[in-house]
Amino acid sequence: MSFISKPVVHHPQLGHNDLGLTRRDYEGPISTLCAGCGHDSVSAAIVQACAELSIPPHRFAKVSGIGCSSKTPSYFLGNSHGLNSVHGRMPSVTTGANLANRSLHCIGISGDGDTASIGLGQFAHIVRRRVNMLYIVDNNGTYGLTKGQFSATNDKGSTNKKGLPNLHEPIDLVSMALQIGATFVARSFSGDKRQLVPLIRAGLLHEGFAFIDVVSPCVAFNNHAGSTKSYEYVRGHRDDVVMADFVPTHEEITADYAPGEREDVLMPDGSTLRLRKLEETYDPRDRTKALNYVHDKTLQGEVVTGLLYIDPDASDCHAMLNTVAEPLNSLGEAELCPGSEALDAINASFR
Amino acid sequence: MKPTNVFDPNYFHKVVDCQWACPAHTPVPEYIRLIAQQRYTEAYMLNWDSNVFPGILGRTCDRPCEPACRRVRTEEKPVAICRLKRVAADHKGDITPYLPRVPTRKNGKRVALLGAGPASLAVARDLLPLGYEVHVFDKDPGAGGMMRTQIPAFRLPIEVLEEEVDLIMDMGVQGHFNYTIDSMRDMLDQGFDAYFIGTGAPRGRDLPNLPGRVESGAHISIGIDWLSSVAFGHTTSISGKVIVMGGGNTAMDCCRTSMRLGAEEVTVVVRSGFDVMKASEWEKEDTIGEGIPIVNNRPPIKFVHENGKLKGVLFQCIEQVADENGRLESVPTGEPDVFMEADHVLMAIGQENHCPWIERDIGIEFDQWDCPILNEETLQSTNPKVFFGGDSAFGPENIIWASAHAHRAAISMHLFCQGEDLLSARPPEGVNLISQKMGMHEWAYDSAHDPAQRFIVPKADQKVALSNIKVEVELGFDEELGLKEAQRCLNCDVQTVFTENLCIECDACVDICPMDCITFTDNGEESDLRGRLTAPASNLEQDLYVSDELKTGRVMVKDEDVCVHCGLCAERCPTNAWDMQKSIFHIPQLGSSST
Repeated sequence: MSFISKPVVHHPQLGHNDLGLTRRDYEGPISTLCAGCGHDSVSAAIVQACAELSIPPHRFAKVSGIGCSSKTPSYFLGNSHGLNSVHGRMPSVTTGANLANRSLHCIGISGDGDTASIGLGQFAHIVRRRVNMLYIVDNNGTYGLTKGQFSATNDKGSTNKKGLPNLHEPIDLVSMALQIGATFVARSFSGDKRQLVPLIRAGLLHEGFAFIDVVSPCVAFNNHAGSTKSYEYVRGHRDDVVMADFVPTHEEITADYAPGEREDVLMPDGSTLRLRKLEETYDPRDRTKALNYVHDKTLQGEVVTGLLYIDPDASDCHAMLNTVAEPLNSLGEAELCPGSEALDAINASFR
Repeated sequence: MKPTNVFDPNYFHKVVDCQWACPAHTPVPEYIRLIAQQRYTEAYMLNWDSNVFPGILGRTCDRPCEPACRRVRTEEKPVAICRLKRVAADHKGDITPYLPRVPTRKNGKRVALLGAGPASLAVARDLLPLGYEVHVFDKDPGAGGMMRTQIPAFRLPIEVLEEEVDLIMDMGVQGHFNYTIDSMRDMLDQGFDAYFIGTGAPRGRDLPNLPGRVESGAHISIGIDWLSSVAFGHTTSISGKVIVMGGGNTAMDCCRTSMRLGAEEVTVVVRSGFDVMKASEWEKEDTIGEGIPIVNNRPPIKFVHENGKLKGVLFQCIEQVADENGRLESVPTGEPDVFMEADHVLMAIGQENHCPWIERDIGIEFDQWDCPILNEETLQSTNPKVFFGGDSAFGPENIIWASAHAHRAAISMHLFCQGEDLLSARPPEGVNLISQKMGMHEWAYDSAHDPAQRFIVPKADQKVALSNIKVEVELGFDEELGLKEAQRCLNCDVQTVFTENLCIECDACVDICPMDCITFTDNGEESDLRGRLTAPASNLEQDLYVSDELKTGRVMVKDEDVCVHCGLCAERCPTNAWDMQKSIFHIPQLGSSST
């Protein structure tokens, strides 16, 4: 880790967002992860995306589990709410946070171990429950914190640092999320901010559960020739299907694309998500086709990236549960404790 | 763009803005680091090596380094480089063990240095260790030239001057003082092997045709001549109302000296506007700070006199208006002319080099502006035996330029005396790059960025200072302030060096860089690349560092403009593709303590 702090000085022409803040105001302290860790790039992408959205830093809640990935919330959004929770239990804690205060933007950070091993059950159920959050998995296919064992997302046949192959089938989190009904599913690569930043912005504004699986190489234990999650392998085997560009509310849509090449999706806040199809036959609104496409490409050793599926008309768990529109902490005593008569009425309705 | 060649001595030299801007290319960051380590003697010697007069320059330098300082671009105020130089001089220990040794057995060549100012003294210092017999000729009773005669004692105490001048004289210079040179032909007849003319720009400009100039001549002095007579004790007082005409540093010295010699009222009147005055920013500040008004946009019309006594000066009122090309033009405002009372006028409106004693038929040719025709690289005149340097070469500059010229001329004179070619045999420039990595995250330099503001140099009590011309106004940084100010240096000489074949393009450097200097992108023409970097590279004076093609076909582009050399790119680089390497530039020079 670095012992000096990142200088507070910044580029004299560094831009300000609508709140008058710079990107640097969305940073956290300097990372203690290994130099070159993909997770740090994901953190940088989150910083950039949040700054671009002009949401005040204190309107975010960042929650994580255990692992290298789950350390990263310390290194971005230094002025937001956060909880580094229990291994694999980030979804539960985030659900609680979101139910209590629906006005916060929840960012859940997890890793392949935290989500695909110990937390697999939690992951499946938060997808089903459609908690309004952005769920990011920093996926490096290895247990870096315990020195490089294969994780559950490591591809079969991929080797460890010493050259021994992985014998187990991998869990593909993207396919799983698609299967269980996630309404925003994307995969990206920590080394490509041009793709990742718009996806994070879109995921944060998506009304419902947004999932981004980010291949984020582990430089210490899984960045060698036999790995399928190394910088070099991912760069060489990427299949970008849909680019998601973000058009803020106040900007006019002017670019001209040939028909069929692009599709505009209106986001809940009035901004536009412009989908540019890089693969002509791909349809990011068709869940089944998306599943099949990802499956086929995975068999060919390709890493499909981009916005794989979106349901722009999705709703979240608050809508399903018909909860109050305001955050609980803004309610007065009368609303929170309506008295014994109200309780009696509820009890009576069950008789 | 083509990949940058970091082994071109000029590439990284330009990144060290202060050193690049210094005519003598003083290794500024290196000596500031030595100050930070309280190694004042070494810091002093490093200075002495390249600029010859650290104590003098630490008080009087024109500081071309400071406006160039990277801090100006990142955080407004430059490092107080000049005053740190003085810290090194004030706190140094015994330097004698570090001085170059002068051989007692001479090499048989004799050189004559005309004028005993900074240029000649620096040439003497460079040539003496090589065994030359060095003779210096000057009309004044002692060495120092304009440093002695034109810089008042309240800016440069005589002890500081004499210490550094005597250091060189004691190396074995044969001084010929009170020696008026009236014929270069006679000098040439004395049969020296080479001649160096460092006689400066000794003639102050006058306004001989301004009405009343002749009639009131007794009350009008030329600024530099007057300062010189103050320096030698011929003038000890000035009375009544004084007008100083001119807007350069000499004008500032004249008015401040007048205040100390008893003038009742002193006013500086300048032909041009305040912002375009030639005087250094800090000289203007000090002048105003001493309560001396500066009146701008007032060209003189005539000297008003009565019965041979000066009454004052009549000035026109103008304003400066930018024409279509943005050039400032003086336009009368139409206001009535202004009369200002004066008992004495000091004219500090410029200087000229003036060599009436050089006959025009001895092979030394002059151009239409009466400047000698020189080879700019070798400083050799059209008479191969004669070399020029300092103000006498290309017109009035300053002490640091005199040192720089002297190094160049000394090499030329040496090569000339040894019968070698002045251009092809010159020692080449070079650069060494030395890794500063000491451990995983440890560097041989203090890499952390200090956001402190520039510290202010303490000054003497104004009442005391104004009462005595010998009281130095600036007290200099004490040790504590000096150490604090030294921390502000960004160590621009510790370079970010990139090795393409080690890079895995993980973006760690891009993410950590506080100044958004680094971009990985497709290659292109410079103008195109500059526009599409992480932060647009709009400062065209600063280079782009471009790598060779990487595995993905992209290139690494680093904008050198606002890099704070914090080394975080190298710290966060998993493969050491980035390394922090100290650049040491080899600027050709003779007889320094390092050669």
